Amino acid sequence: MQIDQSKCVACANCVPICPMGAIAIDPALNRATVNLDECVECFACHRGMSKEHLNPTLVRTIRGFFKLLRLRFDPEPDVCPTDALTPQELTWPRVVRRAFSDPLVPHESTGVHGRGTEEVKTNDVTGRVGQGEAGFTIEFGRPGVGVRFRDIQKMTMALAPLPISFEAKNPVFSLMADPATGSLRPDILEEKVLSAIVELKSALEHVPQVLRVVEEVAPTLDTIVSVGVSTRCDARGEDALEPLLKREGYVCYRGKTNLGMGRRPAPASA
Amino acid sequence: MTNTLHRFGAAESLQDDYIVFAMAARGINEEGAPPQLRTFLRMALKHGPVNVGNAVEGGIYRPTPRLNPLAHWRRPERLDPEAVVESIDTCTTAAAVFDDAARMEAFLRDLKEAGLGLSVNVSALTDQARTCCGRAGITRHSVEYSLGFHGDLNRLPERRVLELSTMCGHGMVSHNLARKMMDWVREGRRTPQAASSYLARFCTCGIFNPTRAVRILEAARKGA
Repeated sequence: MQIDQSKCVACANCVPICPMGAIAIDPALNRATVNLDECVECFACHRGMSKEHLNPTLVRTIRGFFKLLRLRFDPEPDVCPTDALTPQELTWPRVVRRAFSDPLVPHESTGVHGRGTEEVKTNDVTGRVGQGEAGFTIEFGRPGVGVRFRDIQKMTMALAPLPISFEAKNPVFSLMADPATGSLRPDILEEKVLSAIVELKSALEHVPQVLRVVEEVAPTLDTIVSVGVSTRCDARGEDALEPLLKREGYVCYRGKTNLGMGRRPAPASA
Repeated sequence: MTNTLHRFGAAESLQDDYIVFAMAARGINEEGAPPQLRTFLRMALKHGPVNVGNAVEGGIYRPTPRLNPLAHWRRPERLDPEAVVESIDTCTTAAAVFDDAARMEAFLRDLKEAGLGLSVNVSALTDQARTCCGRAGITRHSVEYSLGFHGDLNRLPERRVLELSTMCGHGMVSHNLARKMMDWVREGRRTPQAASSYLARFCTCGIFNPTRAVRILEAARKGA
């Protein structure tokens, strides 16, 4: 994202909007500028702010006059008065930032918006995670910290030797150079994104082993790791995962419950 | 989208937060899904959700592409749930947020009757979801538990800020904006309701819970 310096009036409304804190007023320019190394191209500023399309010269003159009088206008906080936020053309590898950060851009690898994953949400149709199995969603960068792929690789390489399988219908998997080792494409390692999710599956009995590795690696990363674990319930709607997690000392009271209402289309008759 | 899994807060802070969302599986049952997703949202609207959303087009709180400058003095809040419903013309995720378990449970009963064929999930306290499912005669198919945040937790902001910002799991509600709104409410510059609306406009999926946000902002104002 860029800020059109000919339009910006340094109102600073966009400064707290940026989830990465990548926007600030440059005192020398008296304009807002974007730290492009930290910007993840999430479009929260461009899309989320309302716009007034006012004349920048007029706005600067009024602001200057009020500043002389030590008065401050109390504006709506989510408005760019001059529509100064300007998307830039993204090329590889920077385009990866937007794919993983802007929830309105569907991932090419999965066709899914947001973080590009279906996880257990469609398990009633896909059968992705069965009874006796655990599905993991290991998310990096959330909430509001961001992550570079080099840190994601540290975790995927630590997990790869375990008795697990990475989910192939997942945007991070599509960027793996070698799923057997967990290595990612070298040309994206320094790219920063708002968040990315690695999905994997293991037998239920291996859940403690996987979580131990996650707990060991997470503090070595320059980001935050959010973990979700899922399973298929039995015919009575009970699951073996919750007691297992509690035995391991995890506090788990919030989650997603798939109600089993999804249906596969009937096969076409010959 | 693990957009709703890691909403931050103690269990008591999540008692008025229930998200029901529907989606189709890519490449399996997505054909014909848009009309079913519209039906899902229309059924939800009968039960008084506090927000609804289409993950591609947004929720009922939206930014204005051409805002009248007079809005700084009097800003009209035109909430149009029907526009959210009508905007669904592709395979997306449709979501409805409730602040009351009984309303959500009534919606689940309707969904069971309707048999839309979409995958429907409840994102909430798992015990409450289990109870509501049981009362609605629904057997849980699968469950995913949030194990929270790990790593260098010093990088996270204070509790109230996290409670607000994680109501958009895609991270579109920044910590800094949440903190600013808390400060503005404390300073009497905005009401909790107005501050909640500012935050909700950044959540593109419409899963931000304005009722919970108002309660959190009000608690922050009182220093609770």
